[in-house]
Amino acid sequence: MKFLVCISNVPDTTTKITFTPDNKEFNKAGVQFVINPWDEYALTRAIELKEAQGGGTVTVLNVGEADTEPNIRKALAIGADDAIRVNAHPKDAFFVAKQIAAVAKEGGYDAILMGKESIDYNGFQVHGMVGELLGIPTVAPAMKLDMSGNTATLEREIEGGKEIVEVNTPFVASCQQPMCEPRIPNMRGIMTARTKPLKVVEPTTDAARTEVETFALPPAKQGVKLIAAENAGELIKLLRNEAKVI
Amino acid sequence: MSVLVVVECDGGEVKKSSLEVASYASQVAQMLGSTATAVAVGEATEANLAKLGEQGISKVLYDSEPRLKDFVNGAYTKLIAVAASKEEAKVIVLANSNIGAAVGSRLSIRLEASLATNVVELPKTDGGKFVVKRGAFSGKAFADVELASDRKIIAVKKNSIEALHEAGKTAPVESFSAQLTDADFADAPKEVIMQDQAGGVLLPEADLVVSGGRGMKGPENWNLIEDLAKALGAATACSKPVSDVDWRPHHEHVGQTGITVSPNLYIACGISGAIQHLAGVNSSKVIVVINKDPEAPFFKAADYGIVGDVFDVLPKLTAAVKELN
Ligand SMILES: Cc1cc2nc3c(=O)[nH]c(=O)nc-3n(C[C@H](O)[C@H](O)[C@H](O)COP(=O)(O)OP(=O)(O)OC[C@H]3O[C@@H](n4cnc5c(N)ncnc54)[C@H](O)[C@@H]3O)c2cc1C
Ligand SMILES: Cc1cc2nc3c(=O)[nH]c(=O)nc-3n(C[C@H](O)[C@H](O)[C@H](O)COP(=O)(O)OP(=O)(O)OC[C@H]3O[C@@H](n4cnc5c(N)ncnc54)[C@H](O)[C@@H]3O)c2cc1C
Repeated sequence: MKFLVCISNVPDTTTKITFTPDNKEFNKAGVQFVINPWDEYALTRAIELKEAQGGGTVTVLNVGEADTEPNIRKALAIGADDAIRVNAHPKDAFFVAKQIAAVAKEGGYDAILMGKESIDYNGFQVHGMVGELLGIPTVAPAMKLDMSGNTATLEREIEGGKEIVEVNTPFVASCQQPMCEPRIPNMRGIMTARTKPLKVVEPTTDAARTEVETFALPPAKQGVKLIAAENAGELIKLLRNEAKVI
Repeated sequence: MSVLVVVECDGGEVKKSSLEVASYASQVAQMLGSTATAVAVGEATEANLAKLGEQGISKVLYDSEPRLKDFVNGAYTKLIAVAASKEEAKVIVLANSNIGAAVGSRLSIRLEASLATNVVELPKTDGGKFVVKRGAFSGKAFADVELASDRKIIAVKKNSIEALHEAGKTAPVESFSAQLTDADFADAPKEVIMQDQAGGVLLPEADLVVSGGRGMKGPENWNLIEDLAKALGAATACSKPVSDVDWRPHHEHVGQTGITVSPNLYIACGISGAIQHLAGVNSSKVIVVINKDPEAPFFKAADYGIVGDVFDVLPKLTAAVKELN
């Protein structure tokens, strides 16, 4: 089977978020970028399924500028076979979805795996858009993915429970824990990743439908009001009478 | 040019988050000099749907097709697309739930609409623009985003909009058929497995949350968390390492790589307050931290705190709640 795994390039989860002085852009200075943590589930699961099937390919895809290549190489080191970078600044989810759909159509992939959401813009939408653009089902967010022939069985998380869903290839799934234990690159992987193919293609459209006007940080907390442990019950009174939340 | 809002129902009742989105939609309609129509999905009763008048809804569309009781992506998307064209909707509002996001993203392609998820405020419409504020960077920031297309789809984050309650107002409920066929149900789930809810409150919909971290020492001590949660009518949650080692189920894990909650009250017990944990909870209205280490970073993000041992403090809190009730 041919797997396409889409990865976004995001600030490390420990990043303190700041913006440029005009608040129009995320301030990248000094920030370490990583593979979107959810996408690591998609990547590892694709590799596991390929190994279980004893054949096939895992292609990683990123829509981004050249500075994302270290993380694309990392995905190759983890075990993907080849990579495609659509050479563009990812303007919004629609723009990204259009590029992914174009690559997917051309490559004839059986399974397009993504992460649950990109931890930078938290859209939770690229997978649904790609499914609709290609006219195939999307299962999001999936906690489990098994393949048998051309049929995938997935567990989809819903509020308060889960659904068991069966779809035929081709399909899109967005992945999250506890699907697998994300792998980390080993030395051999890092060595072979250098020579694996990384193809750079140009975007097929520049259409976008949203634009960020300004960013803002959440208002700072006023400071904590401490209650002595001996008088713990006092807290409950404050929550009722002062904060009025219970 | 109306506003269409998707209302999710469960066991006959309209979900709380859907009362919020209905209120959001009717306020947008008012800004645009229009009216808001609801389209209901899930298991609903006519009486409960009519009560959406209290949230300012003018009319409710309900397709009684029995297979719409459970979420089916293809069928829900078509149902809403048909309702949107019938109502000539320019703005479609949904809850930022797993259902809302799955349907909204497909609809945005089908209807050539701009989509914003995770929206936390009513739109700003000055100067002919349509701008919404949405959460970004996993709760660490907000972005004002312009929705440039003629049609707009907005998924509203839970507990960020106050539900309206104009007592006694009702909305007419119209039966409506989207003429769904078997093909629209091709991706229907084989099986739906709900969590055991015995006496508990579901975390994603909860107003109050009591959460435990590694400081709770082991699963055998979770009765302390559960007792307080029960007394308050709260849901229980946990930090990532706690679910990683299976002290608690994965669906209770909150944070940057778990679920994001925004309850009125979040009580963190024996949780240090790592940046990835805070990302999932920092839009809670009030945060209480109980930790024996006065230097724990969580205190900086808290409104109230107790420096103390959870094994001593939690029973006292539970007793105080019981006394108050
Ligand atoms: C410096 C910089 C600035 C940016 N500015 C903006 C901006 O202003 N507005 C904006 O909307 N976006 C911006 N992006 C793009 C953003 O990183 C996302 O790629 C895109 O917006 C989709 O985000 P989402 O949250 O909607 O994705 P989601 O729908 O949450 O993502 C779901 C899944 O889709 C896949 N995916 C998402 N993005 C990509 C990608 N680029 N390549 C391959 N797969 C992907 C991943 O598997 C991901 O897990 C910027 C990116 C960078 C690096
Ligand atoms: C990529 C990535 C993603 C992550 N995503 C998440 C996420 O989504 N959610 C998440 O929670 N974490 C996440 N983490 C992990 C995060 O960095 C922290 O390791 C984690 O949140 C710590 O959990 P904790 O607070 O329960 O445990 P600890 O950090 O071990 O803290 C335990 C706390 O309990 C206190 N304590 C101990 N005994 C007592 C007692 N008797 N009474 C009172 N207090 C006591 C201690 O003082 C301490 O502050 C992520 C990490 C990475 C790298």
